[in-house]
Amino acid sequence: MLTPALLLSAVIFVIGTLGVIVRKNAIIIFLCIELQLNAVNLAFVALSRYTGIEGQLYVFFVMTVAAAEAAVGLAIIISIFRHYETVNVDKFNLLKW
Amino acid sequence: MLLDYSSSFHYVMALLPELVLTVWGMVVLIAGVSRKQREGPGQELGWLALAGLALAAVTNGWLYSGVSEAGTGAMIAVDRFRLFANWVFILGAGMAIVISLSYVARQRLQAGEYYSLILFAVVGMMFMGSARDLMMIFLGLELMSIGIYALAGFNRRDRRSAEAGLKYFLLGAFASGFLLFGIALVYGAAGSTNITAVAAAVQDGTTVAGLMIPGVALLATGFAFKVSAVPFHMWVPDVYEGAPTPVTAFMAASVKAAAFVAFLRVFMVGLDGLYEQWANILWWIAAVTMVAGNVIALVQSSVKRMLAYSSIAHGGYLLVAIVAANDTAASGLLFYLLVYTIMTIGAFAVVVTVGNQSEANARIEDYGGLGWRKPVLGVLMTVLLLSLAGFPGTAGFIAKYHLLLGAAESRLWYLIVILVLSTVVSYWYYLRVAWYMWMKEAPPGADSADPAITPFATRIVLVVSVAIIILAGIFPDAVLELAAGSAESLRGVAGGRQ
Repeated sequence: MLTPALLLSAVIFVIGTLGVIVRKNAIIIFLCIELQLNAVNLAFVALSRYTGIEGQLYVFFVMTVAAAEAAVGLAIIISIFRHYETVNVDKFNLLKW
Repeated sequence: MLLDYSSSFHYVMALLPELVLTVWGMVVLIAGVSRKQREGPGQELGWLALAGLALAAVTNGWLYSGVSEAGTGAMIAVDRFRLFANWVFILGAGMAIVISLSYVARQRLQAGEYYSLILFAVVGMMFMGSARDLMMIFLGLELMSIGIYALAGFNRRDRRSAEAGLKYFLLGAFASGFLLFGIALVYGAAGSTNITAVAAAVQDGTTVAGLMIPGVALLATGFAFKVSAVPFHMWVPDVYEGAPTPVTAFMAASVKAAAFVAFLRVFMVGLDGLYEQWANILWWIAAVTMVAGNVIALVQSSVKRMLAYSSIAHGGYLLVAIVAANDTAASGLLFYLLVYTIMTIGAFAVVVTVGNQSEANARIEDYGGLGWRKPVLGVLMTVLLLSLAGFPGTAGFIAKYHLLLGAAESRLWYLIVILVLSTVVSYWYYLRVAWYMWMKEAPPGADSADPAITPFATRIVLVVSVAIIILAGIFPDAVLELAAGSAESLRGVAGGRQ
């Protein structure tokens, strides 16, 4: 069962990566990053069947970190929305990207 | 004192500097939110934070002088490599706080949050430097990064700061995703996230190659983002330009230092047995980073942006030490990080001063004639630039020389040639600023826009850092021995490479 689980995790991770590259809405990009983190969680859970319980513990670490990141990230997105009235990353061009 | 973790007291001992700073960060935060905005700009909070850093430095020194650990299996290393790195982070944060004092007051930023975020970021850096477990590295990295995301976007009234915060956040979180996936795959391949256990599994050949190789590649990608190596450097100039200048100084120096320390420990200790696989790729990344960083820096018109590219180039030099992966390179890396922290934050201190505690006057033309209008500032900046360029007689030269020694020991001749040639290229853009300062006329209206004052605390930082740079450039032995003695503690596990 390990191989299909890891393959699924890799596929989700790649979808997240592509989403970050292709999409322009800052919130969607952020959701794609969350998708990546959850793909990793899936891998951890699948692997923990063979390597011991730590893998499942790590999932909690990752979830906590993702929550903290969401708090700061959404605050940053709100603060930039106040300046630009948009969350489209193509419109943020004061700095040369 | 020997820490064998037989009593819970030992855990407190092993984490003493981190605990001090965590508690202190909360104290600063509470002190900050419980005072009113009209009570003044909050410089005293900055001094409070500095007191916490001083205390952490002292406890760190106590660990350095008399504490050792039993075995090398614990999640947190109590070795001198970590403790030396801790000093570098504390020094960088301290200097960044000092140059922030007037800036935060002038820009009316929320002082309590600002200084406590810096302290929490330092705790994250310390965990990165001390972690002997990949998951601890991830947690330390996130603790550091989340603080820095907020700091980069800290000036809510400034569009560019908000933009820098967003860019740093999106790309930083993206990079952490890669690092984390790499950790998961290495965990699957080696059966543990402990670096010592991973190293043992690699030596015994019990790892699953199909997971290990992609895992190492993803780890390298994640770290390359964090140390802003080319081609993962796209965010650096934008973020460094948009963030408040003292925060930029902190990011350029300490964040990079923390990423490099963790990078070195993972690759030199944990993945030592796979050297043949990763050294080639990092060789190319190091070469491209040195060349691209220096060449793009040549055409920058903003001093802040130029320093951003210069920090990319310095990242390339430091990558050479990781590719070399021997004792000399490890001690060279520690020494380089110390010197780099001092000279980078010093240079940014001048940028803050010339910018009049704001984001103004960042173009290179604004430095025209500065040397004649502000002779002391001009001389100090010139020494800092010469040291960044690696001019003989400055600490920057000694640091680079020791990186070269480490590279020579691993017979990386081409990399040495690239390092030396790109250093020669870098003279041009560093000296161009000096040339503007001493040989050019002041821009029209400069006298009215001139920095009225250099704050007293900034003066002290500038004079002390330049003094250290010159002293360590002429008499480097004491610091070098300290760095070499600290780097030795890594060898116990790595075995040393010829």
